[in-house]
Amino acid sequence: MFSQDFQRQSTGDKIFDIINHLILFLVLLLVLYPLYFIVIASVSDPNAVSAGKVWLAPKGLNIKGYHAIFENQDIWSGYKNTILYTTIGTMVNLAFTVPAAYGLARKELVGRNIFMGMITFTMFFGGGLIPTFLLVSKLGMNNTMWALIFPNAISVYNLIVTRNYFAYSIPEELHEAAEVDGCSEGKYFFKIAVPLGKPIIGVIVLMYAVAHWNSYFNALIYIRDRHRFPLQVILREILIQQEASSGFGDAASVIEQQKLADMLKYGVIIVSTLPILCVYPFIQKYFTTGLMMGSIKG
Amino acid sequence: MKTEAGILKNVKSVEKPKQELLKKMKKYWQLYLFIIPALLYFLIFCYIPMYGIQLAFKEYNPVVGITKSPWIGMEHFTRFFRSYHFRTLLLNTLSLSLKQLLFGFPIPILLAIMLNQVRNEKFKKTVQTVTYAPHFISIVVLVGMLNIFFSIRGGLVNEVLNFLGKESILFMGEEKYFRNLYVGSGIWQNMGWNAIIYLAALTSVSPDLHEAAVIDGASKWKRIWHIDLPSILPTIVVLLILNVGQIMSLGFEKAFLMQNSLNIGKSEIISTYVYKIGLINAQYGFATAVGLFNSVINFTLLIIVNKIAKKISDTSLW
Repeated sequence: MFSQDFQRQSTGDKIFDIINHLILFLVLLLVLYPLYFIVIASVSDPNAVSAGKVWLAPKGLNIKGYHAIFENQDIWSGYKNTILYTTIGTMVNLAFTVPAAYGLARKELVGRNIFMGMITFTMFFGGGLIPTFLLVSKLGMNNTMWALIFPNAISVYNLIVTRNYFAYSIPEELHEAAEVDGCSEGKYFFKIAVPLGKPIIGVIVLMYAVAHWNSYFNALIYIRDRHRFPLQVILREILIQQEASSGFGDAASVIEQQKLADMLKYGVIIVSTLPILCVYPFIQKYFTTGLMMGSIKG
Repeated sequence: MKTEAGILKNVKSVEKPKQELLKKMKKYWQLYLFIIPALLYFLIFCYIPMYGIQLAFKEYNPVVGITKSPWIGMEHFTRFFRSYHFRTLLLNTLSLSLKQLLFGFPIPILLAIMLNQVRNEKFKKTVQTVTYAPHFISIVVLVGMLNIFFSIRGGLVNEVLNFLGKESILFMGEEKYFRNLYVGSGIWQNMGWNAIIYLAALTSVSPDLHEAAVIDGASKWKRIWHIDLPSILPTIVVLLILNVGQIMSLGFEKAFLMQNSLNIGKSEIISTYVYKIGLINAQYGFATAVGLFNSVINFTLLIIVNKIAKKISDTSLW
C-alpha cells in the first residue's frame, strides 16, 4: 500500500488516500458480508443460525436444507421452467434486437431517425399495465410462456446500445469494400457485422438472460398453472409468503417447520442465484468495453 | 430559353432529394428486412396498448371490447382525485421516489470518483467486481434477504441491536422503516452497477489536465472538484434527467413484495394500487385512468427537467 507514489504525496493527499481506501474497504465489506452470510448460513445448523451464533464461519455443518431443496418438486419444476423460458426468451430477444440494431445503425437506411424517434418514445411513455394485459389476453398468450417472452421481446436500452456499437465501432470502409466485392446485405450482416459485434452481443445476452431469469411479475399476472410457474414465483412463496402460512399444528411442530423453512431459505437463494454468478465473471470483462462503447457516444 | 433552363434547374433541384431518397430506398431495401420484426414488436406491444389508453375515458365492457365500450369522459379521473386514497397514494409515491433520488443518485457518483482515485489495480478490481454483483440478484431474492436480515426472529440486524443492549425492532412490519429499507437495499444492490457509467466517463478525462494541476500544486481534493467533477457533469445531467423522468414509475415489484398489512400505509404506491384495483378487482377503466395519470406526470416532469437542463447546462436528451 505504501508505494513510492504514496510516499511522494503531500500530507493532505496521503490522508485523502487513507480515508478513501478505508471507506471503499467498508463498502466492500458491506456488500460482501450479506452474500457471505447467506452462504455460511446455508450449510450451518439452523439452531445456531436462528440463535445468532453464526457470524464468520459455518457452525455445526449441516446440509439438510439442500436435501430439502432437492426433494422439493416445486423448486425442480420452477427451475426447469425458468431454464426453458430464459433460453427461448433470450433467443427471441436476440432475433429481434440484433438485426434491428444493425439496420438502424446504417446511414443508408432512409427514415432511420423517424424509426429511432418512434422507438425511443416508448422508453418514456407507454400504455400501462391494464391495456397491455388486455392485449396479451386477447392474443391468447395467457397462461403460456409466450406471455413472458413476446411482450418483452426488445429492451429499448439494449437496442440503442447495440445500435451505437454497430454504428461507431465498425468502420464504414469495411462495408464499402464488401459492397464493391458484391457482398449482399444479409451476407455482410452474418459474416462481418455479427462477428465484429461479439462484445456487445455478449453483453446483451447476459442482460436479457438475467432479466428472464429474475423476472417474476409477468408470470404472476399471466401464468395460472402451478406446473408452469418459473423459479422466481416459487421463490416468492418460500422466501416471502411463507411467514404467514406456516402457523398450523402444535407449537413444537410449528417450530420444527419454521426451522426447516429457515434452512430452506438460505439454500434456495444460493441454488437460484448460482447460475447467474457462474456466468458473471466470464462476461464481466465485456461490461466496460461493450457497454461503454455503445452508450457513451449515443 | 435561358429562363426556362433556369426553371428546369430549379425544379430538378427540388425533386432531386426526393428522387434520391427513393433511389436509396430501392438500393438498400434489404435493410428494411432487418428492422421489420422490431417495428412490428413496437407497433403491437407498445403502440397498440397506447391506443388502449382510451379505456381511461370509457366504461369497459368486456363483451364488446375496448373500442366499442361507451365513453364516460373524465369520470374515472374525478373519482380517483376525490377518493380518500388519492392523497396518500400520491404522497407515498413521491416521498419514496424523492428519497430514492436524493440518496440513490449521488452515491454511485461518489463511488466512481473514489474508485477512480485508487491506483492499486487489484483493490480497484475487487471492489468493482463485488459491488457489481448484487445487481444480478433478483428482486424476489433481495426482498427475501431483507426478510432474513431484518427478521425479528434472529435476524442479524436485531442481533446487533440486542448486543448493543437495545430492543429488537419489527423492521419489515413497521411503516416508518419501509422507505429506508426500500431505498437502502436499492443502494446496496445498484450502486456499483450505476457507477460503471461514471467510471467510464472519468477514464476519458485527459491525464494532461491532472499532470498540469499536480505541477501547480493542486491537492487531490481540488483536482476532483475542479477537473473530475466538471468533466463528468454532462453524464450526471443526462442521468439525472432520465431519473427524474422515472420518478413516478418506481419499481412496482419491490414495493409489492415488501408490502404487508402492517406497512401498507406507506408501501401502497400508485403502481401497486393499479395492480390491485385493475388485475385483482378487474376495474379496468379506473385502473387505466390511474396509470395514465401516473405516466402523464412522469412525461411532463421529463420534458420540464430536460428544458431546464438545456437552459442551464447545455446538456439535454434532445
